[in-house]
Amino acid sequence: MSFKTPNTARRTEGWMGLKRGHRARPLEWMIEQLIQFVSYSAIIMVFLIFVFVTREALPILLGQMDSAAVRPSLSMDEAMKLPEADLRKYLNMTQSEFAKADAESIKMLVELRIESSATETTDKDAKLNTTQWSHLLGPYQWSGYTQPEYIWQPVGTIHKYNIVPLLVGSLKVSFIALAFALPLALGAAIYVSQLANPRIKEWLKPAIELLAGLPSVVLGFFAMLVMATFLQNVFGYTTRLNAFLAGIALGLAVIPLVFSIAEDALTSVPRSYTQAALALGSSRWQAAYQIVLPAALPGVFAAAVLGFGRALGETMIVLMTSSASIISWNIFDSARPITASIAAELAEAVFGGHHYRILFMLGALLFTVTFLLNLIGDVVVHRLKRRLEGKA
Amino acid sequence: MSDTPTARMADDLVSSSVAPQTQEIIHINDLSLYYGAARALVDISLKIRENVVTAFIGPSGCGKSTLLRCLNRMNDLIDNVRIDGSCEIGGHNIYGSEVDVIELRKRVGMVFQKSNPFPKSIYENIAFALRLHGMTKKSDLDATVERSLRQAALWEEVKDRLHSSGLGLSGGQQQRLCIARAVAIQPEILLMDEPASALDPLATAKIEELVLDLKKDYTIVIVTHNMQQAARVSDYTAFFYLGKLVEFNTTRKVFTNPSHKQTEDYVTGRFG
Repeated sequence: MSFKTPNTARRTEGWMGLKRGHRARPLEWMIEQLIQFVSYSAIIMVFLIFVFVTREALPILLGQMDSAAVRPSLSMDEAMKLPEADLRKYLNMTQSEFAKADAESIKMLVELRIESSATETTDKDAKLNTTQWSHLLGPYQWSGYTQPEYIWQPVGTIHKYNIVPLLVGSLKVSFIALAFALPLALGAAIYVSQLANPRIKEWLKPAIELLAGLPSVVLGFFAMLVMATFLQNVFGYTTRLNAFLAGIALGLAVIPLVFSIAEDALTSVPRSYTQAALALGSSRWQAAYQIVLPAALPGVFAAAVLGFGRALGETMIVLMTSSASIISWNIFDSARPITASIAAELAEAVFGGHHYRILFMLGALLFTVTFLLNLIGDVVVHRLKRRLEGKA
Repeated sequence: MSDTPTARMADDLVSSSVAPQTQEIIHINDLSLYYGAARALVDISLKIRENVVTAFIGPSGCGKSTLLRCLNRMNDLIDNVRIDGSCEIGGHNIYGSEVDVIELRKRVGMVFQKSNPFPKSIYENIAFALRLHGMTKKSDLDATVERSLRQAALWEEVKDRLHSSGLGLSGGQQQRLCIARAVAIQPEILLMDEPASALDPLATAKIEELVLDLKKDYTIVIVTHNMQQAARVSDYTAFFYLGKLVEFNTTRKVFTNPSHKQTEDYVTGRFG
């Protein structure tokens, strides 16, 4: 038996190697950096998207857009007397365009403007800039209407951009969806995680979660053709495609999400709580309802918040099952959520025009609302958790 | 007394010199339990007396906890469990078809190995079960909560923070809270599944004191890994090995003069 170090073994001399840092394992270091970058890139992407959407909406937010169908025209003399900057604004030209144009073409443009004003509409509302905040949010008595109203009607000579009907549409449909989905999803989650015997649970859980894999366009199609007829026959309302139908269809999309998260939260409550409750002589339902559900409350709340976020952001289903943008508290009236409007109208809106910019503004709004919703959800979840753990 | 060294050691440990001859309340007859095809308990027959402490001892996996859980039908929660034979409490077969499991568990309380207070306030931890069984008046609840906490020797430590979370207590306090919770609904039998195994010696001593104190009012069955603990607190001891009841007798007899070699080896620490 010899104790000589074999020739193949390498040995660091002294303590030299102690400060080699990441140079000692370059591959591991690189992989770590790469993964780190990938995870940060998600945040960067979200931030960039937000910046892009907000930038497109900025002229609306800053009140720089003008959607007036008719602008007062000036005579040739008056126009020629204007300072250059004002003339450029009057002709609606960019700085580079204006610099390239010679005096002759400027004159032609001014003449063109005078000519076109002769054929313009005489509607009293045509001079309005409907992209102002007062028109975006407040009611207005349009010509032909008997009272001030909130109207979203982005096409036509006079663009009516009141976003309130869209906000109401989004909230109405989302609340109907949640009112339908939450009880069902939570009930199913409690049943599957606490009451069902393992054999039933084994196929029931994947079956419900399978619903999440259903493409929303298929669900929308089904809702539009099958559910619409069925619900109309049952409830006997007049508008075939309405907020109720959209809400129920949306609810079907929300159920698997809420179910999945809530079921996980309920299952992760230690079995010892249930056992303790049962050993004290509670029924399984009492243990589930009075002990497990409160203990899983943070997770259940998170599920509800995420469900609401999904309902607000879901597009295809509401696009296929909703129509007119009207304000009404009747759930059987039509509704048009923000997302449906954006999806339906963005392709037709003039690039860089006021309609386009307002749709981006709505997008930014949706983004902000869902972000805040998640943030509030997160804060509440943490608070609840701390309280349950006895730290607060 | 025996004059072997081990017997003398056990002699010092065993506290109660005379095991009380109270009435037999639990009759287990030829009870076998199967997890699927595996037989975890083999033809156990055992009679447990009222208002005494009976200890179940034996190496891990010998079935002592399983048998304990048979007594309030907690094994019902596990899939694929089949039970043969009978277990009578107060003359009623608890595995009979007309038995209300909830009523049974109300009368046969249980304290678990790992303290498991609900994530609720100390007060609510105890009030939960009281409300389950129909106590609604605030004054009744207050009085019962105090009485149970006093019984569990916890009142003085928590009376100023009844409404803070039960999870904020120390391990030993949590376990005593669980005992308070179990005794609040005044069961007749109290099952304890290694109640002190996760606690430090001081907290263990408190639990043991409590057990000796509680046996005035309750029939206690305690499972323990700790030989000294069994010797200190129990009047009767059952030794299990591989699902079989090897020996059941007064604690004094089991520890000083066991009739089986296996028992002697185990209680003297030669195996297990």
